[in-house]
Amino acid sequence: MFARRKFSAAKSLLEYMGLESGRLQFSWISSAEAEKFATTANKVVERVRELGPANFMQKLPLEQVA
Amino acid sequence: MDEIVLKIRQTAKELLSEGKVDEVWGFAEPSIPMGCRPYVARTPEDADKLWWDSFCVMNLANFVPRRSDKKFAVVAQGCVSRNLVVHHLEGQLDLKEQVTVLGVPSIGMLDAEAVRQAVGSVEISEVSEEGGKVRVKGLGFDKTVSRLEVMRDSCKTCRFHNPVVCDIWIKDKTADEPNKDKNARVDQVEALEPKERQAFFEKMFSRCLRCYACRNACPLCYCETCFVDESKPQWLGKSVEMSDTLSFHFLRAFHCAGRCTDCGACESACPVGIPVRYLTRKLEADIEAKYGYQAGLDLETKPPMSVYLPDDTDDFM
Repeated sequence: MFARRKFSAAKSLLEYMGLESGRLQFSWISSAEAEKFATTANKVVERVRELGPANFMQKLPLEQVA
Repeated sequence: MDEIVLKIRQTAKELLSEGKVDEVWGFAEPSIPMGCRPYVARTPEDADKLWWDSFCVMNLANFVPRRSDKKFAVVAQGCVSRNLVVHHLEGQLDLKEQVTVLGVPSIGMLDAEAVRQAVGSVEISEVSEEGGKVRVKGLGFDKTVSRLEVMRDSCKTCRFHNPVVCDIWIKDKTADEPNKDKNARVDQVEALEPKERQAFFEKMFSRCLRCYACRNACPLCYCETCFVDESKPQWLGKSVEMSDTLSFHFLRAFHCAGRCTDCGACESACPVGIPVRYLTRKLEADIEAKYGYQAGLDLETKPPMSVYLPDDTDDFM
């Protein structure tokens, strides 16, 4: 419940800084909900595949760092 | 001499000679125009060194953490008093027992960099103020600009000019503007697409030297060891690579969620003029919209990140 407020603020700020909507996802899943977990994981993967590779806050390869 | 300076000195002298406080926190006259020099007066004689002008932009509440053994008086505008309240709520001090607030209702502090740009010179020898005008003298020029033109952005959007807690008023109260719209910067960014936002912030932070002045100037940042300075584990790369710089600024802002009073000390401290409040403003706008909270306005309401309600929004899920 405390975390909910923090996640809400963190996601909002990351998207404000340019993270595409959908790249960061949250769900409320109990340890007894195996199927919900599997379905959600698949959904996350699908959505991120649609978005393609991210370049937000990505580390540069060593040779490109000045 | 300025009435405020005289009143601060006189009040400090009385408090110190009567032994009501151990220290008076304020500012001393800077060695260069538009400087900002924090100063702690410990004896009645020290009190004569206290100073006040529109460039005293450092947030004195920054000195509070780990000072629980002293009784002190602080010269405070609206924002500084709110940060004292935040410290009180976070257990960093006992506001009622320990602190005497010397309230200076603020008419808006000035931005030294904006003054330099307004007159087009860095060679400034004298700055004086009268009736909403700022007179700037330097080698070969003598210009007058309006206060509003060179005011700090955080002061232009300030809602609470008067200290929210005050023991001694140094000057008369001015009118607060509790309904003022503060969201110009947030709206500006939110009008952009994600890719444009990223480009906007990457450009903004490309100047960042990672000197951490914004962190050090912030009264909210008082961890014994900051996450950026830890090496085991090392949370963040130490170079000025963009991913590390953005992560630093994201986390610095995030740590201020629900605590930031928008005092603008971070922005004033930045040596390369990055408007770092673009990030903290967003968090505060969110917190106000979601939980109806603005930091440091009273001693009773619990900070929003330390409580919850069953029906808090979960629209992010």
